[in-house]
Amino acid sequence: MARYIVHRLGQSIVLLWLVSLFGFFLLHLTPGGPLSQFANTPGMSDEDLRRLATQYGLDRPLPIQYLDWAWGLLTGDWGRSYRDHAPVLKVIGSRIGATLQLMVTATLIAVLVGGTAGILGAVRRYSLFDQVVTVGTMIALSIPTFWFGLVVIYVFSVELGWLPPGNIGPVGNSSFLIFLHHLIGPSMVLGLVTTALWSRFMRSSMLDALNQDYVRTARAKGLPERVVIGTHVLRNALLPMITIAGLELPTLLGGALVTETVFTWPGMGRLFLDSIEYRDYPVVMGTLIFAAILVITGSLIADVLHTIADPRVRLR
Amino acid sequence: MSGGSVLLTDILKDTPARSRLSPTMQRFVRHRLAVFGVVVIVLLALACAIGPLLVPYGHLQLDMRHRFQAPFAGPHMLGSDELGRDQLARLLMAGRISLSIGLAAMVISVVVGSVVGLIAGFRGGALGTVLMRIVDAILCFPSIFLLLTLAALISPSVVTITLIVALTAWMEVARIVYGQIRALRELEFVAAAVTVGSTPTRIMFRELLPNAIGPIIVVATLIVARAILLESYVSYLGYGIQPPIPSWGNMLEKAQQYLTTAPWLAILPGVMITLTVASFNFVGDGLRDALDPRSDKR
Repeated sequence: MARYIVHRLGQSIVLLWLVSLFGFFLLHLTPGGPLSQFANTPGMSDEDLRRLATQYGLDRPLPIQYLDWAWGLLTGDWGRSYRDHAPVLKVIGSRIGATLQLMVTATLIAVLVGGTAGILGAVRRYSLFDQVVTVGTMIALSIPTFWFGLVVIYVFSVELGWLPPGNIGPVGNSSFLIFLHHLIGPSMVLGLVTTALWSRFMRSSMLDALNQDYVRTARAKGLPERVVIGTHVLRNALLPMITIAGLELPTLLGGALVTETVFTWPGMGRLFLDSIEYRDYPVVMGTLIFAAILVITGSLIADVLHTIADPRVRLR
Repeated sequence: MSGGSVLLTDILKDTPARSRLSPTMQRFVRHRLAVFGVVVIVLLALACAIGPLLVPYGHLQLDMRHRFQAPFAGPHMLGSDELGRDQLARLLMAGRISLSIGLAAMVISVVVGSVVGLIAGFRGGALGTVLMRIVDAILCFPSIFLLLTLAALISPSVVTITLIVALTAWMEVARIVYGQIRALRELEFVAAAVTVGSTPTRIMFRELLPNAIGPIIVVATLIVARAILLESYVSYLGYGIQPPIPSWGNMLEKAQQYLTTAPWLAILPGVMITLTVASFNFVGDGLRDALDPRSDKR
């Protein structure tokens, strides 16, 4: 167990290192490098640019710059935003909460709705319900998230007037109920894809479990079907779903970015887009790497939890 | 039980031996959604190729007297936008762009992914590990984040957008090919090829790759769907295909402003994206069932 975790941890550290290399490579791929923002500013002479380069240490050899930058990543010095000179980590920290609220709500919807649909679909395999869910799942995965957002805004805000068209709530009036009211639309939109994925994975995980020998044994000794499904099948089918939750993180984060844009939700995705707009590279790179770290950590935690819950994994 | 398609599939099921279709084709045709997908894709491609020649308006032609015309309420059949441009003409032209990007990005990512997966899987060792770890590392970045960062770094055009979409999609192909090759290279026909003195390149491309073609075709189809979706995301967010060239994604960029007054501008391009992407997903699903006989049990 401990060995598995150490091994998995080592893998994650290698991944983190590669991610940082890749991020650094991207940063310097920019025409003009990290200073391209200043190069476009009118009235900047080559002299000024060179002075800035010296000031930021950009005239040093690339490997040295990488080490310096990577050390900064490790020690929490992720640079400062070009816009307001706030530390990048602080900027991200101020926005991550709103994104997490959205992601957690969407996942809850997915587990409840998608999970239930997947379980019922597997139990009544090839029934009308199963077929409708399977087709519906594929269509849901084909709908562009931002467009579904527009449809939700049009139907529930413009036509019916039930939901606010966006944002996290009016300034200065932030009661919990108002916040919840604003949360419904974006969570629904972000939850669509996650629900579809959960229903699909839950169904196939249930089918795998249904084919096991212990299920046949349970049925053979005359246990009622309700007990067989509820105890023997469901509990085993839920185990792999822990890993799925980790694997879905990139999709969820990407979906959050788009959802936040459509609903002007003040999260990390919007921050990322605004920073691209302003060519605020330190924040763009910071957010990109932060997202990758979140994904690596998420799948590490999921795998470790899976190992704790399912001892068979350790033997593989 | 009525309708032509049901009849066709019943015939196929009853006379497998006499049918002129191969077993793979039979399984595919039995998958009704996949057939639906193929029909929709063919019709869409035809419409986008020929359609713009038949529509009486150009996709850039302004018509200030008929701005914001609703569908079926005037000279513009599917309505017009804020500049009076014909919605149908624009949808078809946008379809050309979006479909081309989807297909081209698929070809690039399949080639790159196959080569990387092939080399990593066949050579194995340190090189294989390094290549696959790089694949893992890139997969840690949510593709939309990566795509937007790259899009912000380059000057957007149809070619560059295709390239960066491919750049965020090849890793899955690499993983699938890698897995296939790892399993295949232990088989006897590879040992036989080595014995008769085939060069490694020949073994890789003439012996191993053809045997892995099934899963590659499936993932290629699904990547077309993914690429069309991704293109629509970047274009909607303003970093993809730039106006006046229409794409289904950038047609929606403006639509949000006019959601209250001209909702049809937001509905139609989204329906086109969903229809196209769903069709490719259906086809991919059908191909998976058809190319892998074992999947019948699932």
